[in-house]
Amino acid sequence: MLQKIYDWIDDRIDITPIWRDIADHEVPEHVNPAHHFSAFVYCFGGLTFFVVVIQILSGMFLTMYYVPDIENAWKSVYYLQTEVAHGQIVRGMHHWGASVVIVMLLLHTLRVFFQGAYKKPRELNWIVGVLIFFIMLGLGFTGYLLPWDNKAYFATQVGLEIAEQVPFIGMHLKTLLAGDPSIVGAQTLTRFFAIHVFFLPAALFGLMAAHFILIRRQGISGPL
Amino acid sequence: MSEKKQQVSRRQFLNYTLTGVGGFMAAGMLMPMVRMAVDPVLKETGHGGLTNVSLAVEDITTDPQRIDWKVEQVDGWYESEVSRSAWVFKDENDEIQAFSPICKHLGCVVSWEGNESYPNEFFCPCHNGRYYKNGENVPGTPPLAPLDVYEQEVRDGMLFLGDAIPKGEA
Repeated sequence: MLQKIYDWIDDRIDITPIWRDIADHEVPEHVNPAHHFSAFVYCFGGLTFFVVVIQILSGMFLTMYYVPDIENAWKSVYYLQTEVAHGQIVRGMHHWGASVVIVMLLLHTLRVFFQGAYKKPRELNWIVGVLIFFIMLGLGFTGYLLPWDNKAYFATQVGLEIAEQVPFIGMHLKTLLAGDPSIVGAQTLTRFFAIHVFFLPAALFGLMAAHFILIRRQGISGPL
Repeated sequence: MSEKKQQVSRRQFLNYTLTGVGGFMAAGMLMPMVRMAVDPVLKETGHGGLTNVSLAVEDITTDPQRIDWKVEQVDGWYESEVSRSAWVFKDENDEIQAFSPICKHLGCVVSWEGNESYPNEFFCPCHNGRYYKNGENVPGTPPLAPLDVYEQEVRDGMLFLGDAIPKGEA
């Protein structure tokens, strides 16, 4: 049945080469843990991506209940956490996943660094990777505020003070982030929400696409 | 190698195993999310109690009168007071009738004798839906069911109303 549906579509628009281009490529022996177990270090990039997928999915589902409004944000999170079946699990996935992403990202970076895999011609992909790292930090920072509890509020206040330390434009940068020069409040929360669910993910998708296109174009770096 | 023809090739076996393990992992990931998303569908709807609508039984006439009252509503994390309305009258058997004004066609609000051409009927202005005084829909007009009926009780001469339920199910 599935084969028939596939054949029907393939007959008409020839999709086989498309997915083969994406999925069908050789894994060199030195990156295959089945040959050398130590090659598991090559998994960290893929694991980072896997956790990012979890973050995207759980985040999408969390917005079904979450409201970015100072009156209701905390209440909606509390409701999700205590009244909705599995709500605790999904928020837990997003909460812990946020930390796991950073850990995996660091392990991936360390592997690339100590193997010298960033060297010519792969410097550009290293740069893209560092940008992805910054985006991830931004996602962590903006997401931290959203539950609108005391911890979130004061952590964000500190974060905004740090932004204010930037020479010359610090004050403007803080206002741009918080929506107000002095208040951390209603406007800050909606801004952080928008940044967290629209702007940063959009940037992340673009950078991830670049990261993957580059690695496919240049191939994985050779054995040590 | 055994003499028998192999039923499952090595490639097939690996394919099945990988698909199975991958499917299991994907299911484990998606199951809590989907369960959370469908929670409102599976949740028991809370049965509201009866509310005093500030109408004494002796003030109820045979002429339908519209009454409005407020009920506490819990909507997820948001609690508020919302207003409800009913058309209340005594029928020919001297029994109290309390109809929901929500039209059974598409949910507009009906009024008693809302149109001069149709006396002694409930009328819905949206698509000319009509109901007889007993709440039954007039055949040939858009509504397909009679008006919902409020759960009711009389305590100390006052009328108490609860949730509106389809006529006949009460």
